[in-house]
Amino acid sequence: MVRLTDLSPPDRDNMLKKVPTLPRLAGHPWATGPALAQRRVAIVTTAGIHLRGDRPFAPGSQGTEYRVIPAEANPDDLVMSHVSVNFDRVGFQRDWNVVFPLQPLKALALQKWIGAVAAFHYSFMGAVSPVTRYEAKARELAAHLRADRVDAVVLSPV
Amino acid sequence: MGALGHYLEAEGIPTTQVSLVREHTEALQPPRALWVPFMLGRPFGVPGDAGFQTRVLQAALRLFERPEGPVLEDFPEEAPLIDAAEDPGDLVCPVSFPRLAGQGTLVEQLRDEVEQLGAWHDVAVKLRGRTTLGVTGLTVPELVAYVASWLEQTGETSFRADVRPADALRLACEELRAYYFEAKSVQPGARSGADVQRWYWQETAAGRAVRQIRAQTGRSPDAAVKALAESGLVPRAVDRSES
Repeated sequence: MVRLTDLSPPDRDNMLKKVPTLPRLAGHPWATGPALAQRRVAIVTTAGIHLRGDRPFAPGSQGTEYRVIPAEANPDDLVMSHVSVNFDRVGFQRDWNVVFPLQPLKALALQKWIGAVAAFHYSFMGAVSPVTRYEAKARELAAHLRADRVDAVVLSPV
Repeated sequence: MGALGHYLEAEGIPTTQVSLVREHTEALQPPRALWVPFMLGRPFGVPGDAGFQTRVLQAALRLFERPEGPVLEDFPEEAPLIDAAEDPGDLVCPVSFPRLAGQGTLVEQLRDEVEQLGAWHDVAVKLRGRTTLGVTGLTVPELVAYVASWLEQTGETSFRADVRPADALRLACEELRAYYFEAKSVQPGARSGADVQRWYWQETAAGRAVRQIRAQTGRSPDAAVKALAESGLVPRAVDRSES
């Protein structure tokens, strides 16, 4: 459905006005790994989701805080506290996998299509400006991912 | 999102991402990205359709097989505009309240409406085995009372010592909206996310209440509350349609 042309004019304008403000990030880093069937995969979302009872995301924490979601999390454990009111919430309310596809990922591991599912997954709140605010926490997160032997990350926006 | 991929990759962690806004991804050029033609809020396309979600996930993961990048590929399938109605099985809405809608003060209308929707919300929780409520830690009656306190302007307070009043108001309004959306989505009839949004903002006492709070708090002496009123309570699309 939604290409920019399908968005409401104010939402489209908001998306387009960000384009010239986006930085040119230095270089094109390219990390490699084994075949998919050997990869250990984590999900990192920017949907502002977290476990019920976790500290909610607050304005100003975009890109500078993350929450940890264990692979054992149940569907009823996850809630959303993203500050933006400008995206669909109905999909997440019906099925968390439309935002955070942990169950399909586990199914792919059972089928041996991927090697394994990481022990921990992570959630930021997006709508980050400037996007360079992600850098410190991304580098911190990389150390945790390495310790979890993750060699493939699926990044999911909202 | 693209920047997150860039920084993780620079640390040696291979990444692939779903992109909802192609123009942003083109500008940031993350290592691997799969653009999807889905609405904001649904990066894996279709709730309740594991097959569809898996196809998106596999398409994103297959980008790891590319020898070089940056890679930006388009996912070929569209997602349906209308959500299929959920099959209620033998669950039925157990209670109906023969009360006249739209009478009394806005707070009274809000309380009545929330009470009536409670029967549907119970069905939604039974059907799905989950709810997305619970961010605030308030019960639904407490949530309504808290929102009502802002409507009645009894003081800009929080429900938790470690949450500022502005953040508490935002979380409460979002949780109230989630309650309505969850309840509405199991009522008979297929509808799109946009239909539910339109219903909430144009037809419910809750939508009117939040818009009224927005109007009142636009004059708040608390800068955070005022900023929330400007852009954090009512979606841009709803806001523009009223102006």
